[in-house]
Amino acid sequence: MIEHEVQTDQPQVLSGLLAEFTDQQGLLEAAQGVREAGLRRTDCFSPYPVHGMERALGIRNTPLPWLVLFAGFAGCVVALLMQWWTNAVDYPFLISGKPLFSLPANIPVTFELIVLFSAFTAFFAVLALNGLPRFHNPLFQHERFRRASSDRFFILVEASDPQFDAIRLRELFQSHGAVSVEQVMADPTPARIPLAVHLTGVIVLCLAFIPPLWIARDRSTTSDVPRIHPVPDMDFQPKFKPQAETSLFADGRTMRLPVAGTIARGELNDDEHFVRGIVANAFATTFPAQAMPLDQVMMARGRERFNIYCATCHGLAGDGNGITSQRALARADSPNWRPPLSLHSQGVLEMPIGKLFFTITNGVDRQNDGNLSMPAYDVQIPPRDRWAIVLYVLALQRSRNAELNDLPEGARESLALPDIAQ
Amino acid sequence: MAVVDNTFNDPALRAPLITGRADLASITDTVCEITEQYRPPRSWYVAFIASLSLLGMLGLSIIYLIATGVGVWGNNSPVFWGWPIVNFVFWVGIGHAGTLISAILFLFRQQWRTSINRMAEAMTIFAVTCAGVFPGIHVGRVWLAYWLAPYPNYLGMWPNFRSPLLWDVFAVSTYASVSALFWYLGMIPDLATLRDRATTKIRKLAYGVASLGWTGSARAWHRYERAYLLLAALATPLVLSVHSVVSFDFAVAQVPGWHTTIFPPYFVAGAIFSGFAMVVTLAVPARAYFGLKNLITMRHLENMTKVILATSCMVGYAYGVELFTAWYSQNPNETFLFLGNRPFGPYAPAYWTMVTCNVLIPQLFWFRKCRTTPWMMVIIALLVNVGMWMERFVIMMSLTRDYLPSSWGSFIPTPIDVVMLIGSFGLFFTLFLLFCRYLPMVAMAEVKTVLPHGHQP
Repeated sequence: MIEHEVQTDQPQVLSGLLAEFTDQQGLLEAAQGVREAGLRRTDCFSPYPVHGMERALGIRNTPLPWLVLFAGFAGCVVALLMQWWTNAVDYPFLISGKPLFSLPANIPVTFELIVLFSAFTAFFAVLALNGLPRFHNPLFQHERFRRASSDRFFILVEASDPQFDAIRLRELFQSHGAVSVEQVMADPTPARIPLAVHLTGVIVLCLAFIPPLWIARDRSTTSDVPRIHPVPDMDFQPKFKPQAETSLFADGRTMRLPVAGTIARGELNDDEHFVRGIVANAFATTFPAQAMPLDQVMMARGRERFNIYCATCHGLAGDGNGITSQRALARADSPNWRPPLSLHSQGVLEMPIGKLFFTITNGVDRQNDGNLSMPAYDVQIPPRDRWAIVLYVLALQRSRNAELNDLPEGARESLALPDIAQ
Repeated sequence: MAVVDNTFNDPALRAPLITGRADLASITDTVCEITEQYRPPRSWYVAFIASLSLLGMLGLSIIYLIATGVGVWGNNSPVFWGWPIVNFVFWVGIGHAGTLISAILFLFRQQWRTSINRMAEAMTIFAVTCAGVFPGIHVGRVWLAYWLAPYPNYLGMWPNFRSPLLWDVFAVSTYASVSALFWYLGMIPDLATLRDRATTKIRKLAYGVASLGWTGSARAWHRYERAYLLLAALATPLVLSVHSVVSFDFAVAQVPGWHTTIFPPYFVAGAIFSGFAMVVTLAVPARAYFGLKNLITMRHLENMTKVILATSCMVGYAYGVELFTAWYSQNPNETFLFLGNRPFGPYAPAYWTMVTCNVLIPQLFWFRKCRTTPWMMVIIALLVNVGMWMERFVIMMSLTRDYLPSSWGSFIPTPIDVVMLIGSFGLFFTLFLLFCRYLPMVAMAEVKTVLPHGHQP
């Protein structure tokens, strides 16, 4: 009751005059008559497009085809640029030696995108130009207007037209055979969206931020919980890894030993000179053929290997003062540390090179108590590298005991050693 | 009400496209009352539950496929494509009649299209939906199907735009979206009719939102007609391009029997052929069950059978040209395939089924009796669809015997293959039955434009 009073309090504003016809001919004639009377703010409503109405109402051509044409060009350009940039520039995709960008192969996708862009533009442009969606329309309040989509024809003249005259119009409509003429009132209810819809929208918008924020947090922080694998792909494959126990074999080892009595290729090691440094049951005094040539490359290799494996104990210059040894001697908790020999000591200087090689290969038990003073390096260092180390050790030794004659003939004068010469 | 025979061919008389009480209100009533019945006919429920259970089978088999892997199909070396692609091409082909009727016949001003275009377009969209399922699940790791799209990614990699398989992605997705837009745009005025007749709150809201506030204003109609014409002009080359691109999937490969230039027109003709057969299969029972005999008249059905006959001859011609080209080329692999392996090899029954159903049986439509008897045309249309499925199967089986005899193999479908094919019909018919129940089956606004407007009450 209160609502009703509120409505009647508001002034009812006339927004137009709506006339109903039973056939398209009446509508066309009425539209013609209205236009001849100088009225412009008019519209007709029919269940199907009535041809001739454009002329009767003076409807101008729509710009829609131009929009669609423009969209078609845009689709063409976008498609060509996309294919050129992705397959020829950003990730050059060479297929069977064909050109990276060749128009014939790019025509199908270009065509499809032209159609796609044009069709979407045609669809959304017709809605936008028609002002759709529009759910709030004063005409929807008229019970009779519902037949506009079925079998009746309507014409509306808006009250805002400067030539609007309700009485004259009514006569005009009736002279063309209108079956009813009604006043259309402006809808007094505000065309605002209810508060509940706004609130729901705000809440949904806030909630919508949670998943992306959650993902952003998880991507930028560390976690001690294993990753969730919704799709395992091939991340987890049942298999036995090396060094792990297996139930597959009786001995429980995952890694298998070679079949008894077999030797892998290249591991025969039957060359006593090369792999043990022994020739005819005595230490070799020459380098084996496999270590040749004894050149700068071999020397550099020996120096590098020496600095990696030997220098920690023997020192970079071979003085037996490597960093491991210094540390062990300085600490009280290593009483059994056996200091390494200096490579420049007399015993080492007198060793045949086969003995040097043998020592690197097998280690040495200097005190004969079953504990190696120096461990064996045959596992870590392949034979040729061991010979390279031997070569470098010889060079280190010679560096302390060199004579002028060791220098080649032309290089002696370059040594600026006047004091020694005297 | 007696059904008028409008199938006469007297050039002096214009045959009415709509029979019975052809006025505006009766057309609105006939079409709208189908969706306004409080309960649909019992036969609708029976059909809907049957379709829904088939759809459920499809869903379950897809879940099983994803959980297990593509090994549940019969696909294996040398036939890696198998039934999923047969089904894909089959459904895409069926999806061609809708756009042909709505776009090409519109451009040719074939006004008889107005009674059947809505139904045919709906069929198109549902068929393309069915088609989209198969390549989607055929990619193996379904959760990575988005790799088909060109999007910037951390792999720094893009799709190969020179591959027909990629053209296919663009063609089919463009076709699906443009068909859906075309369908929806055409339906907006009819949805407004349903809105204006709605009595319940739910119907008012649903049709009110769906019709976007359409009033039938003359200005709106003017732009609408322009947009519809433009969409028809865009969809016409599109429909021809889609099946051409699908045929490139085969024709660009070098397999004997695939590497031929006749494929694009041959595929398009076959697609229209199978699509029209499907429209006939659906339209004949639909017009009988829903009382649309005055809107979808015998003349409409007869016109469709004529299209089927014409496209059948085109397809038959293509089959003949394939044989001739193989013989004339004297290429040993081509002659072996077309003159030996297909007609007399292990899949010969499929080949002869194809020839019988696609070329021989549709010739019955030369007889007027067959063109005007609904049950006969439904049987022929069903056989055509069997034949067209077999055609794609025969093409696919070229893979079993290509250049290297030591690599020859065979293809045997698994039960999952069969369930998925049947299940895809469940998806199709579920969507179609929902369409019949809730949306206007006939384009009312368009039918009203072809009425003789002189004699209205």
